[in-house]
Amino acid sequence: MTRYEAPYGRDIAVVAFAQTCHRRRSDELSEVEMLMPVLHQVLEATGLRTGDIGFTCSGSSDYLAGRAFSFTMALDGVGAWPPISESHVEMDGAWALYEAWVKLLTGQADTALVYAYGKSSPGEVRDVLTRQLDPYYAAPLWPDSVALAALQAQALIDAGEAGEPELAGVAARSRRAAAANPHAQLQGEVPRGEYHVRPLRVSDCPPVGDGAAAVILAAGERARELCGRPAWIRGMDHRIEAHALGVRDLTRSPSTRLAAERAGAFRRPVDTAELHAPFTSQEIVLRRSLDLDDRVRVNPSGGALAANPVMAAGLIRIGEAAARIHRGESDRALAHATSGPCLQQNLVAVLEGEADAR
Amino acid sequence: MPAEPVAVVGIGQTKHVAARRDVSIAGLVREAARRALDDAQLTWADIDAVVIGKAPDFFEGVMMPELYLADALGAVGKPMLRVHTAGSVGGSTALVAANLVAARVHATVLTLAFEKQSESNAMWGLSLPIPFQQPLLAGAGGFFAPHVRAYVRRTGAPDTVGSLVAYKDRRNALKNPYAHLHEHDITLEKVQASPMLWDPIRYSETCPSSDGACAMVLTDRVGAARSPRPPAWMHGGAMRSEPTMFAGKDFVSPQAGKDCAADVYRQAGITDPRREIDAVEMYVPFSWYEPMWLENLGFAAEGEGWKLTESGVTGLDGDLPVNPSGGVLSTNPIGASGMIRFAEAALQVRGQAGEHQVEGARRALGHAYGGGAQFFAMWLVGAEPPAT
Repeated sequence: MTRYEAPYGRDIAVVAFAQTCHRRRSDELSEVEMLMPVLHQVLEATGLRTGDIGFTCSGSSDYLAGRAFSFTMALDGVGAWPPISESHVEMDGAWALYEAWVKLLTGQADTALVYAYGKSSPGEVRDVLTRQLDPYYAAPLWPDSVALAALQAQALIDAGEAGEPELAGVAARSRRAAAANPHAQLQGEVPRGEYHVRPLRVSDCPPVGDGAAAVILAAGERARELCGRPAWIRGMDHRIEAHALGVRDLTRSPSTRLAAERAGAFRRPVDTAELHAPFTSQEIVLRRSLDLDDRVRVNPSGGALAANPVMAAGLIRIGEAAARIHRGESDRALAHATSGPCLQQNLVAVLEGEADAR
Repeated sequence: MPAEPVAVVGIGQTKHVAARRDVSIAGLVREAARRALDDAQLTWADIDAVVIGKAPDFFEGVMMPELYLADALGAVGKPMLRVHTAGSVGGSTALVAANLVAARVHATVLTLAFEKQSESNAMWGLSLPIPFQQPLLAGAGGFFAPHVRAYVRRTGAPDTVGSLVAYKDRRNALKNPYAHLHEHDITLEKVQASPMLWDPIRYSETCPSSDGACAMVLTDRVGAARSPRPPAWMHGGAMRSEPTMFAGKDFVSPQAGKDCAADVYRQAGITDPRREIDAVEMYVPFSWYEPMWLENLGFAAEGEGWKLTESGVTGLDGDLPVNPSGGVLSTNPIGASGMIRFAEAALQVRGQAGEHQVEGARRALGHAYGGGAQFFAMWLVGAEPPAT
């Protein structure tokens, strides 16, 4: 394999990843207590201490936590003393990773700690997510996240691009794959269940739960020192679509397509894809937008259908893809994260391992 | 490969007021964005990415409002990032946007911060009813007043210093058409006679609650060369954070603030900030924070900050003008306040500050802080490109 030339002048890799065992409830834990173990795990895996980290960036939501400035509590767990260079996005942790990647590209830091967490259990996440919608025209109607995903699934069916059996196939394959994932919340055989919102049955929907994840990024030689087989970020991009569902073709994801093009995903085939598709129908939309055929292992972790800790689930896709490269189970993987109703905003990262790694 | 120099070529603000009932949230942010584009003589198509910031989502009751604002900000088909770092967010947002240019990921980025506080009540939104904290802080003033008292006790500053800051900033605001408070009949006596809210902070020494947005267009060298107006160049930028509370924390002069300033000065080659910086836009939500930050940022020795304020050094005609725009004390859409500081610093070195222009300003500091005096974001901008 020829040595890759960094498109932005600097090679950055995921060198460590950790996640919680995602659960339906974690009443006995605060967000900080839930997060602490995964922070310790990525630090231990690399032998780094908090003070060694050049930049820290996190993703979380005040609306899930039910309090303003909720991320400040997590900062106490990081141990920000002496003071650290740090930032936060009110987005899924995948975008925190993006911010950290850009920071490393500038040369201002050589290592970054990225983390994300979300507890959906204290409230009704279906209702909470309605507060993301246009506050004047959509939010007052309280259309919940499952109902909106059902609209998208129905559009797919109406277009003749999928039927309920295909949706069932995605659900079954995801939960089967999750049987090998000790962190998954739903594993193995999951009954199809009743219609949640037609045409989506219970098994077409993600489990509701709590979880956290952490990643360490490093640049150049530092990455090789910290990890036997770094997962090099060959490209990363994200794009957003219009907010109003009525102006979008819900059977397509042009923002995913564009982000993948910009990230260089189509230059060579990937062997693995970790897609952030909380609903079975969304996996079908994403596969088509990314030209993924049966030669690509899609969501070997079980994906968001096996565990969907909101605000962390996108970061976990990048972490899962990277971990497979670390373990030598993938050489080139695509990781995807989404945000907003019906895949409004999407991020794509392309990760690679080196064939000649130690 | 050294980082790409970053230039500010467009700045736009709304007229900040208590309640913009005539526009939606989308209308508010679009107004500032359009003004920034007009200033740069660019169109939406020239923008490669949008970076938006605001303080807690509860202030407007919209979760992750950037999703809904994508259309209004011309972001459809583009990358859009949403930053939230508490009160420092307006500054942090600009720095995240600047990094996109510095890393050469994008050539031209629109960055914007806003708050539409009339949608809620910020004071109670900030009074957290959660376990293991004091049951009633009654807003940010309740949190910060004890630290102001500690400063007064530590330095022996006369108790009139706070009112001098408020009187200065409110008069500066009269020269800034975008400022929220325009108190034409203000006198020092009126400030000193206003009701005591959180001892020693009087009503007239606190920031208002504003609806407003601020936007900037940041670009690379090529973009700056096309700029119709003089750009402001970024010479240094940094963020620092420390925990909310811990044994040994100095609330009066937090270490994170000192470290952040030191990092910015190092990048910009500043060794004597008092002499080398011509104007400062610092985040002063309560009057006494001016002398406190003067010390924290290295403009005065420890315990001496109040003397600069008292002797008029920080006045618009002093030798270190602080908050010529009127500052946070005159305008406070919380999420935007940090970006307004950054933008006002840039206006000064571009010579575009109008009536509140500091004569001959070549280098200016923009400063923001947030949380429990724990999050800091700063940048130093200059009229000349940085030496590379």
